[in-house]
Amino acid sequence: MSTPVIDIRGVTKAFGEREVLKGIDLAVDEHEAVALIGASGSGKSTLLRCIDLLTEIDDGDILLDGEVTTDPSVDPVGVRRNLGFVFQSFNLFPHLNVVENVTLGVTRAHGIGKDEARESAIAILGRFGLEGREEERPRNLSGGQQQRVAIARAFATRPRAMLLDEVTSALDPELVGEVLAAVRDLKEEGVTMLIATHEMGFAREVADRVGFLHEGRLLEVGPSEQLLEGPREEATRKFLRRLLDARRV
Amino acid sequence: MDAPETGSEQVAGAVPVTVDRRAERAAAQRAKDRRGTLVATISTIVVLGALTALTVTSAGWPSVKEKFFDWDVFVDTFPDIARAFWLDIRVFVTVEIAVLILGLIVALVRVTTSPALFPGRLIAFAYTTLFRGIPTILLVYLVGFGIPGLQLTGLPTEPVILGGIALTLSYGAYVAEVYRAGLRSVHPGQREAALAAGLTEQQTMRHVVLPQAIRAVGPPLLNDFIALQKDVALIAIIGVTGEAFRQAQIATLDNFNYTPLLGAALLYLAVTIPCAYLLERWERSRDD
Ligand SMILES: Nc1ncnc2c1ncn2[C@@H]1O[C@H](COP(=O)(O)OP(=O)(O)OP(=O)(O)O)[C@@H](O)[C@H]1O
Ligand SMILES: [Mg+2]
Repeated sequence: MSTPVIDIRGVTKAFGEREVLKGIDLAVDEHEAVALIGASGSGKSTLLRCIDLLTEIDDGDILLDGEVTTDPSVDPVGVRRNLGFVFQSFNLFPHLNVVENVTLGVTRAHGIGKDEARESAIAILGRFGLEGREEERPRNLSGGQQQRVAIARAFATRPRAMLLDEVTSALDPELVGEVLAAVRDLKEEGVTMLIATHEMGFAREVADRVGFLHEGRLLEVGPSEQLLEGPREEATRKFLRRLLDARRV
Repeated sequence: MDAPETGSEQVAGAVPVTVDRRAERAAAQRAKDRRGTLVATISTIVVLGALTALTVTSAGWPSVKEKFFDWDVFVDTFPDIARAFWLDIRVFVTVEIAVLILGLIVALVRVTTSPALFPGRLIAFAYTTLFRGIPTILLVYLVGFGIPGLQLTGLPTEPVILGGIALTLSYGAYVAEVYRAGLRSVHPGQREAALAAGLTEQQTMRHVVLPQAIRAVGPPLLNDFIALQKDVALIAIIGVTGEAFRQAQIATLDNFNYTPLLGAALLYLAVTIPCAYLLERWERSRDD
């Protein structure tokens, strides 16, 4: 069996008294997309942030391509250069235009020449339906466009894996589709992804597997169809039922 | 965000009359603007006229006029004061550059979290706290007379340099705090996004946090510039010769007349008013 791209082993994290992650085990294989679902506050964002070393874990290990990343001796910058992170609130750089947002990491962190970085950034932006918007400031774009720029920014460095944190939660409903299309596009290219999401339909369509986070534990992980249609755990069933009811109202 | 344009086009297309309506509305707006200008002009004339009348009819006016508004004295003394003002400008520009650099260094030291820089943070904290608390005029005295008093070799004794140092220390403390407020105003998500893009801490500061912080504090920084331009006059008190205010003071004594001070005031205004105007315009253009 090949080494997973992301390997999470017994990871725990507490904020003060509050234990948010109580021992998480999860491996994401190359070209695989895994969706993380769970109630608000269940620790989805925290787990993704721990993988990108934006939050420090308390115990356990996280491995990237078989190498431990969470040791204090490991330089976090080198680890982050192999990962792409997309934030719920976009976090685009407002003082840079669209194409500069995409090229900043490529040129500064990966030492690619300005012209080459720009060319490939324009290609990626075009692929996500943003041709002609390269010179605009982020604030002049719609939320859906901004999030697509953020996805392009994270993908431009060709990371080993992409971490997507509820990339559609801050969007008006009519803008969700265009952002999900961009993620679908990445999936078709075989990009390894870990996706925190509230969009069950999307999780089923794009993710190979789905994991349900509940009270700090990964209660069950399974093939998308199976987990969403016939979950083993009562808590998962309850969560999905509540989500369905909320949708109906 | 860009919806309104298409909206009005649709309305215009559906109801042809709107074109006339638009012209009507524009005409009404112009008329309103004209009325506004007229009212403003009249009220300004009335107020200024009343103030002038009050001043020139006051009992002391003839002697004030003679002491402060003597045209002959003005013509006589102004060229020397204007020449001296060149020194003010050079001091201002030099001090301003030093202040911008010192303030930035102090602010950056204060926002770091690395344990190794703890002594630096302590010094930076002490510096901003102390030097913001001491009146600038007092600092000019302390540095201007205190440092030569130490009689250490290698330390400057030129009054103009000592005055510049005092102004730099005083304004550096203010500007450091302005920068620091700017650095703190940048959303933490910006730093995280830069780190996530693979940038180092230094790159994150340089390419993402600092540019946004400086943009945010541009107007308050310019405000401090304007204050500094005026405070350059303070170096006159430690005996800097050839400075505009000092020159005006000398001319005042020579002529038994205060008009030279008015000349100096005009020179300061000639610099500070355009700066204030530019600041105002800049602030407005940022709100788009
Ligand atoms: N920096 C922090 N300091 C203290 N508590 C935190 C911090 N970050 C997260 N938490 C807490 O950890 C818990 C999990 O938060 P997290 O954001 O990971 O949940 P989530 O599953 O992403 O929720 P949501 O669906 O609302 O995004 C929450 O109770 C939150 O309040
Ligand atoms: Mg979250």
